[in-house]
Amino acid sequence: MAYTEEELKKELETKEYEYGFYTDLKSETFPKGLNEAIVRAISKKKDEPEWMTEWRLDAYRIWEQMEEPEWANVHYEKPDYQAISYYSAPVVADPNKTLDDVDADLLEMYRKLGISVDEQKKLQNVAVDIVVDSVSVATTFQKSLGEKGIIFMPISEAIQKHPDLVKKYMGTVIPKKDNFYAALNSAVFTDGSFCYIPKGVRCPMELSTYFRINEGGTGQFERTLVIADESSYVSYLEGCTAPSRDENQLHAAVVELIAMDDAEIKYSTVQNWYPGNKEGKGGVYNFVTKRGLCETRSKISWTQVETGSAVTWKYPSCILKGNNSVGEFYSIAVTNNYQQADTGTKMIHLGKNTRSTIISKGISAGKSQNSYRGLVQIGSRAENARNFSQCDSLLMGNECGAHTFPYIEAKNKTAQVEHEATTSKIGEDQLFYCNQRGIDTEKAIALIVNGFSKEVLNKLPMEFAVEAQKLLEISLEGSVG
Amino acid sequence: MAFENNVDVEHPVHDVRTEAIKNFENKGFPSKKEEAWKYTSLNSLQKIDFSIFPKQDNAIEYKDVKKYFIHEIDTYKIVFIDGVYSSNLSETTHDGVDICLMSSALTKPMYKQIIDVYFNKVASKDESLTTLNTAFCREGAYIYIPKNKMPKKPVEILHFATGNEASIMLQPRNLIIVEENAEVQIIERHQSLTANEALTNSVTEIFAAKSAIVDYYKIQNDTANASLIDNTYVDQKGKSHVKVHTFSFGGKLTRNNLNFYQNGEYMDSTLKGVTILGEKQHVDHHTLVHHIEPNCESHQDYKGIYGDSSTGVFNGKIIVDKIAQKTNAFQKNNNILISDKATINSKPQLEIFADDVKCSHGCTIGQLDEDAMFYMQTRGIPQKEARALLMYAFANNVLESVSIPELKARINKLIAKKLGVNLGFDL
Repeated sequence: MAYTEEELKKELETKEYEYGFYTDLKSETFPKGLNEAIVRAISKKKDEPEWMTEWRLDAYRIWEQMEEPEWANVHYEKPDYQAISYYSAPVVADPNKTLDDVDADLLEMYRKLGISVDEQKKLQNVAVDIVVDSVSVATTFQKSLGEKGIIFMPISEAIQKHPDLVKKYMGTVIPKKDNFYAALNSAVFTDGSFCYIPKGVRCPMELSTYFRINEGGTGQFERTLVIADESSYVSYLEGCTAPSRDENQLHAAVVELIAMDDAEIKYSTVQNWYPGNKEGKGGVYNFVTKRGLCETRSKISWTQVETGSAVTWKYPSCILKGNNSVGEFYSIAVTNNYQQADTGTKMIHLGKNTRSTIISKGISAGKSQNSYRGLVQIGSRAENARNFSQCDSLLMGNECGAHTFPYIEAKNKTAQVEHEATTSKIGEDQLFYCNQRGIDTEKAIALIVNGFSKEVLNKLPMEFAVEAQKLLEISLEGSVG
Repeated sequence: MAFENNVDVEHPVHDVRTEAIKNFENKGFPSKKEEAWKYTSLNSLQKIDFSIFPKQDNAIEYKDVKKYFIHEIDTYKIVFIDGVYSSNLSETTHDGVDICLMSSALTKPMYKQIIDVYFNKVASKDESLTTLNTAFCREGAYIYIPKNKMPKKPVEILHFATGNEASIMLQPRNLIIVEENAEVQIIERHQSLTANEALTNSVTEIFAAKSAIVDYYKIQNDTANASLIDNTYVDQKGKSHVKVHTFSFGGKLTRNNLNFYQNGEYMDSTLKGVTILGEKQHVDHHTLVHHIEPNCESHQDYKGIYGDSSTGVFNGKIIVDKIAQKTNAFQKNNNILISDKATINSKPQLEIFADDVKCSHGCTIGQLDEDAMFYMQTRGIPQKEARALLMYAFANNVLESVSIPELKARINKLIAKKLGVNLGFDL
């Protein structure tokens, strides 16, 4: 016997987080703590107009009055919001410079992350915006996108160059007072991506943002705003990594999507923040608010692969306001060791003939807890609304937990709602069958997990699907005892 | 709400009561802010000044209330009028089994040992309405079935509210102990005979020992001013089977807290319900099945049909502990909305800590099949009857498992009446 399950288990347990390196970049970091002065300072740093500063301060005052939510099925030591630095930026970052001017260390970091900016430019049809710590450091393809009238730039730049658009849409889908983390983000967000697709334009390439927390003792608060004007289409990708640290770093992002009449937005996330070590020490707290607004005949599709973070609190949602609009949510959430995830979606049906689909696959291993929490709400005017939800959980080992908390509220008699959930483990007979045909246990589990997650993996754009598949393999195999 | 200071301090369970009232005072009435009461508000009830202890004895003639009994069959009867035992309407027994009163079990020394072992042992000590009942309960049914026994006939527990004293709040308390290999069938009903407000906060504790079988039916078809909060706690031991069927057709506000704790292996729990509502009625089914040990099963099946401005809530929770491997837990909740103003809130919940389990839940909200309606109408079945037939078919899964034929016939009649049709046959 060459490779036993025990050995595999051991190897996996000790397997290091691949992206756990730290790059020593010269960076400028604000003192720790949060008060009005810090909010003003961030705004000043970004050279923001007066209305933006006021908007932030207003959010800060709202946040001060709010309490951190406790209803989620996760347990963690609450971060001390006064012990976090709210601004950190690699000093070399300057969006006006070309790539050649960029710090060699930074480029080395991209290489490790697998994002070679140059290469990507040539080989893949992906425009990338990279956000390290708090600022956007590189945006590719701006020119070729500009020819089509597509605006894709860091949000800080958008505030300068397109204040009318930002002012009109920011905070309309996720108001400042929406929740604790959204209010915090509204006050201190430092960068993120802004994207506007004009009427009738089909974005020719995938737009992508890569987030990375590099500095210790900081939090990352980015804000993404995607606006798809009438009859346009965009596919947007988002990826995240962070160095391995003993402390718990905070990531509180806000993503707002607006799909106008007949528009379609496809938003995919591969979240691989540092999950903490195998004793559950360290790791990123991922408290994210994501929501999309659908106008008439539009469609928003969320796809997420969640493998990282020590604690995840995330509910990408769709407000189906327009008639005949469509919302979709495809998710794979994997937890291992001491990770905790409370994730799911909200589908708010307001318009007539609105449809939504929810496919959620939870996989828990080690001592982790994985929860699905979802809301399907059919308003009294949402005639002929249709929802289908399916939540499947896979348990590996008897020390983890899988939980389902679906909320279904219907106020219209023509509503059709179906919800289905199952919990099971990898069948011994399935493993036996594979073994029998010469597939070793490691491969067999990968095969079965892949099959389990296929419905969601299929929804990812090609490049991401490969990455996601790899991630799943790393996070999971051999966890079956 | 005013509680008269009328508690009997000499009572043997006085300590339990004192602790309960303390817990209730700490918690107060549940509000919508609590997750478990998210969809049900007790505000409208708290505004009413209920009287807790009836001041006078009220009598009822059997002929006036005969229709509320399953009079087609012979049964043991435990009847209460405004919370006070009515001996002339009841039929109790001590012949091999004890089917009698909670008040005598609580006071007579011969029952002391049993009361010490069972009273308030499975009921929650911090759920506020349960503690309120523990503090103020005086009367209810006490049923004790010894090893290998089965009563000759089913037991009916009936609570009548006469409303001779404006608004009344009743706190019935039932204790049901079924020993090893014994069996019992129980039918429980709460009925208000008045247009005055009535609120019943009932607690039932059921202990099913090894291989025991308990078959419990709750019929809820009360008037538009009667509200019911029913807290039922079931403690099951190995190889036992407890079935609880809840039929909710009426009442202003009904809340069913049904809690199963599986303390043993190889057992089965069945929770089924049919809810048909109209007007402004509100029914909230809140179930919990806690799988504590391996190799057990649970089956839940709740059907709801909601008309007018009624509201239905289903909140089903299944917890599977780490050691409860090989658990099979199933939960189903199907709903039909037949009015634009009706609302359904459903929250089927799974919390699973063991890996070798099969757990599933399903929840649907839908309409009656238009094609089936059309088909029946082409065959000369009027629309109203066709609709009723489809609704019968929808509820039939649950009705099928009712094991007392006369009771099944009675429920069929209630459903037909609720749907306003006469089909002239039994399903």
